[in-house]
Amino acid sequence: MAKRIDVSGLTAYYGSHKAIEDISMTVEPRSVTAFIGPSGCGKSTFLRTLNRMHEVTPGGRVEGKVLLDDEDLYGTGVDPVSVRREVGMVFQRPNPFPTMSIYENVAAGLRLNGSYKKSELNDIVERSLKGANLWNEVKDRLNKPGSGLSGGQQQRLCIARAIAVEPKVLLMDEPCSALDPISTLAIEDLIGELKERFTIVIVTHNMQQAARVSDRTAFFNLSAVGQPGRLIEIDDTERIFSNPSVQATEDYISGRFG
Amino acid sequence: MSTAAVTDKRPSTLRAASLPKWTSPAIAVGAIALGIGISFAADLHSEIQWALIAAVLFVLGTYGISARVEGRRQAKDRVATSFVWVAFLLAVIPLVSLVWTTVSRGVKVLDVYFLTHSMGVVADSEPGGGIYHAIIGSLEQVGLATLIGAPIGVMTAIYLVEYGRGRLAQAVTFFVDVMTGIPSIVAGLFILSLMLIFEMQPFGFAGSLALAILMMPVVVRSTEEMLKLVPNELREASLALGVPKWRTILKVVLPTSIGGITTGIMLAIARIAGETAPVLLLVFGNPFINNNPFEGAQASLPLYIYQQYAQSAGANAAYDRAWAASLTLIAFVMILNLVARGIARWKAPKAGR
Ligand SMILES: Nc1ncnc2c1ncn2[C@@H]1O[C@H](COP(=O)(O)OP(=O)(O)OP(=O)(O)O)[C@@H](O)[C@H]1O
Ligand SMILES: [Mg+2]
Repeated sequence: MAKRIDVSGLTAYYGSHKAIEDISMTVEPRSVTAFIGPSGCGKSTFLRTLNRMHEVTPGGRVEGKVLLDDEDLYGTGVDPVSVRREVGMVFQRPNPFPTMSIYENVAAGLRLNGSYKKSELNDIVERSLKGANLWNEVKDRLNKPGSGLSGGQQQRLCIARAIAVEPKVLLMDEPCSALDPISTLAIEDLIGELKERFTIVIVTHNMQQAARVSDRTAFFNLSAVGQPGRLIEIDDTERIFSNPSVQATEDYISGRFG
Repeated sequence: MSTAAVTDKRPSTLRAASLPKWTSPAIAVGAIALGIGISFAADLHSEIQWALIAAVLFVLGTYGISARVEGRRQAKDRVATSFVWVAFLLAVIPLVSLVWTTVSRGVKVLDVYFLTHSMGVVADSEPGGGIYHAIIGSLEQVGLATLIGAPIGVMTAIYLVEYGRGRLAQAVTFFVDVMTGIPSIVAGLFILSLMLIFEMQPFGFAGSLALAILMMPVVVRSTEEMLKLVPNELREASLALGVPKWRTILKVVLPTSIGGITTGIMLAIARIAGETAPVLLLVFGNPFINNNPFEGAQASLPLYIYQQYAQSAGANAAYDRAWAASLTLIAFVMILNLVARGIARWKAPKAGR
């Protein structure tokens, strides 16, 4: 189910501004890859090129290749809509649909894309909420609005919504930055469970979090403000945090930097 | 040294002297009494002059008393507050007086008979008759105009907010702006010129077309604002689930903003419901009941009001009917507003558990 991502020579622009340049990396299936790096170095931009959300931004443009198990996401004739069904996304701020109940939020991806039987949907909703460790907290109020949940619960609701459509890859952009330590822990545990089924990429500013949850870590940096961000190195998380091969990585991780 | 300069200027306690709650009403009463007194002394007869004097006295008095007791900052605050109150009263007085006049004069002949009969067998100068034909005409013309204007307006707004980029969007925005400024009589003349080309007689639907022209830009503007209020994150959340853009708009963006959009449409309907000029040109008016908006002259409420005033040679019965029709029209618009509020509240994104 999980798929490998192979990026080669990827450059992304906002209008004429080059945000990231010439990034190549491989993301292994059934693993967690963390992106770290200073603010503005293009982590979010790069993440959004992996499911073609980058081009939703006005002026957003991408050059290069992203292979999802040998299929180029930017090849001719590829429909971004089907790409996004394969590669799901969780955003920094929880964003449940305000007009929908908890149940409808989880079912949204399926319902908006086709028709399912009621019993089928019930099963998927329950499975997804259990998968997101939220089932016990909301099973008695599935018909209440999703916006009535706490921030941490809302974020897990968004994760449930994302995994309900059974993507192959799950992208998470700082999913815990708006959450308290306990919710953060809940989501980190969840990531540990989800990696059995999905390929996971997570952007984080929290070094400990990267060290805790990820198998591999990629460090991004930019040489100067206004310059495009680049991938400095990607390696096993243990190596990155103990013995990185580039000095800049060590400086960043040990806090001797910006 | 510099910190001392700052702290010295601060009062040593957090408490400050403050005027009791009843001060403002008391000053208001005093100002009004004094205003009337001065007016009598100076032999002024107009109530407007009295009110202005009282208002000025109120503002000055508030400032003086408050500055003495509470200090200048609070005094300025109170003056600003009293300006707001004065402005509010100035805005409300004409409104209340208008509603009062309409209600008090309108209820005279407003009854079930009046609402269910036409002017078919009643001369304009005689008592009796009613506005049934005008209500029918108004409902049909406004309803048809809404059926045309609202969907086009909403879709234009969706295009502008969700898809519009570059030249075409700019052009559309420009034309919507221009349309907002079209006087209603011009919209009427435009349709009239078409009717003359095709040698048609006045009929209700022609009026609807002119009303739709007037309605569209209002709907576009308000819908645009509502769509812009929908956070981009919701669109992205939906797109990231692999939902196509058009379904995202239909199932996520529109439901989130439907309350505001409906309110905008209702307000636009309220606006065109009172239009007289295009109806006069295109629908012409008709004392008989005509249920068919596609053939023959029809009546409408605003036109009825105008004609009762203009064509009855000052007969009191006609004036009474005009006021009663005005009251009906205001009630109609008011009900629309209430319905709009109800829908907005009902459809508003739900918070809470
Ligand atoms: N919508 C946009 N339009 C134009 N430029 C943008 C846009 N979003 C980001 N950028 C630019 O792209 C560059 C990379 O931004 P990005 O958001 O990817 O950084 P980031 O690494 O995710 O930062 P952070 O850690 O603060 O989230 C920045 O220089 C930023 O100014
Ligand atoms: Mg970011």
